[in-house]
Formats: sequence, C-alpha cells, structure tokens
Amino acid sequence: MSSVSQTFMKFFRGSSGPETIPAQGSQKLTRRSSGLGELARSWETAEGLCVLDLGSTSPTNIRHFTERGHRIYSEDLLTASTDPELPTTDEQGNAVLDSRKFLADNLVYPAAHFDVVLCWNLPDYLDESLVKPVVGRLWSVLKPGGMLLAFFHTRDAGPDSPCHRFHIVGPDTLEMQKIELRREARRGPTGAVHTAITDGFQLQRVFNNRHIETLFRDFASIKFFLARDNIREVLVVR
Amino acid sequence: MSAPSSAPASGLAQIGKSVFIKGELSGSEDLYLDGQVEGSIALKGNSLTVGPNGQVKASVEAKGVVVQGKLEGNVQASDRVELRKSAVVTGDISTQRISIEEGAYLKGKVDIHRTDIK
Repeated sequence: MSSVSQTFMKFFRGSSGPETIPAQGSQKLTRRSSGLGELARSWETAEGLCVLDLGSTSPTNIRHFTERGHRIYSEDLLTASTDPELPTTDEQGNAVLDSRKFLADNLVYPAAHFDVVLCWNLPDYLDESLVKPVVGRLWSVLKPGGMLLAFFHTRDAGPDSPCHRFHIVGPDTLEMQKIELRREARRGPTGAVHTAITDGFQLQRVFNNRHIETLFRDFASIKFFLARDNIREVLVVR
Repeated sequence: MSAPSSAPASGLAQIGKSVFIKGELSGSEDLYLDGQVEGSIALKGNSLTVGPNGQVKASVEAKGVVVQGKLEGNVQASDRVELRKSAVVTGDISTQRISIEEGAYLKGKVDIHRTDIK
C-alpha cells in the first residue's frame, strides 16, 4: 500500500458541476461529473465487472450496469445506519453507533470482490463512528486496482446541504434526487422500537483535503475533481 | 410471455395474509402469496406474486416473480422479476429481465443472465 505522500493527486477546476436543467419531477437536477466520466471508461470497455452501489436503490443504476453485462450489488448504507439496534455508548460514555454490529450486518462480501464501488456522498452523511470502519471494509472488498467514487461537500456548501440520491443518466452525467424524508427507528427505554418520519439525512461534517487523504490513506492513489457546486469528487484506487 | 399480474386473479392459487407456512412450497401453477412463508418456494414454470402483506423468508425459484411486500432470500427467475414500489427485498436476484419501480428497496446482487437466440 502506498502512503498518502506517494499518492497521485490532480486537481481539475471547473470540469464538473450542476446544470440548471430540471429533470423529470421538481426534485431532480442533472450535473456533470468528471469523476464519473473517468470511472465510466472502465465499465464501457471492460466486461463482467462487479459493481457495488452504496446509495439508495436506483432502478436507473441497476439498468445502466445490467444492460452492459455487469453485475451490480445494491446496498443502502445510510438507511442501514438508522437500525435501532445500533446506538450504544463508547468507553467515554459518548453516544455512538456500534460499528462492529453494523459491519456484521452490512458490507458482508468476500475480500477483493468488487471492481467499482459507488460511494456517492455517503461519508458526509454517515455517523462519525461508522465512517472509518466502513472505509476500511471498502478497502478490503475492493480488488487491487479497483476504483471507488465518493463526493464530499466543501465548507461553502453550508450545513444544510440536502442529501441526494444519484442516478447515472449518461457517461459523465448524474441525476440528483433530493432525499426529503427518512424513516427513523429508535429503541425506547422499555425496549420497544419507535419509528418516526424525519427530515432527510443531515450533513455530519465537512472533510478538507487532508481529512480525505487520511481517510483513504490505505489506498494506492487518490484523485480530486473540484466542481462548481461546492462538491469535491474523489476517485480512489485500491 | 405476458408479465405476471400483481393482483390476484380469479382462479389463481392464493395464500391469504393470515396464513403462515414453514417448509418447502412447490407447485405447477401461478401463486399469489399475501401471507408468510419461511423455507423455500419452487414454481419452476410458473409465477409468484408476493402481495403487499406478504412476508417471505425463502429462496425462490420461479419463471416470473413480482414483489410488492417483503422478501428475504435469493430469487432465481427464468424469465423476469418485478419489484414494485412497496417492495423490500434482501437477497440476490438472478433473472433474464428485471424492472424496479422507484421507491423499491433492494439489498443484494442483480445478475442478468441472457439466453442467446440461436
């Protein structure tokens, strides 16, 4: 594994960004994605790739990959992180989510199984206690040379940036659909599970470049794409 | 082949929502399942529809599978799979054709196997 100092980093300015073309339905926007464009070259030329989509179940993405003869796995980790069995406390008494239990129930795949992982904006919205364990697991399930695409908000995006689902609608084009609501389940003091409909997922933090490099330090290379919409796209190679 | 219907048609074998079955379920006619099944379901030349109240924890082998309720287990369909918007599926799907409505939830693999036309 290469250290971060050995990583191959590039910055592209103004090559990605949203277009103000409303897609079908008022909640959808399309945006160009340079990271997706680079990643797409792998699945347009290779055969039988194994792809893991960690966003909300997207019929569009499933169709996109199956039409090209690839196998796609769908696993909505943000929704899985609302499991009422997960909240616990750490040694200091802080409220955290149980990462061991989370990884016992999710991302359970053989080592070096995937060619591509579509992480989307998961790290920005996932509970702090799960981020590093999840990235560690993703490293192990990616094949050497496999690629992972993730999006990170910049500070300018603001704390109320909505969480989106991402649908692949072109070689370098995504349709973004705002997640308005989510079902949240919490276990009460009597042990009963209470469910409630709450607003969509909240931005948990803003990673800067150094944080992102640290997060992916076990990977062989990392490449940044800066977009006009306060999103940093990151393409990581194991 | 026509797509399997999602509503129970008259004359169609049905398992109502108060029925719970544990074990192997097999047959040679289309089945509408709105109850609970744990085990395995084999309808090799026919279709299975899991209704909105259906809760299945079973491996499923059928020609066509329509899911409106919950299904936990691997699905092998020789023709097609339809996940309706209320579907919650945990398991791997292997089929020739698939349609997934917006709002359906899937945790698992989708593998499309194509039959070459000779």
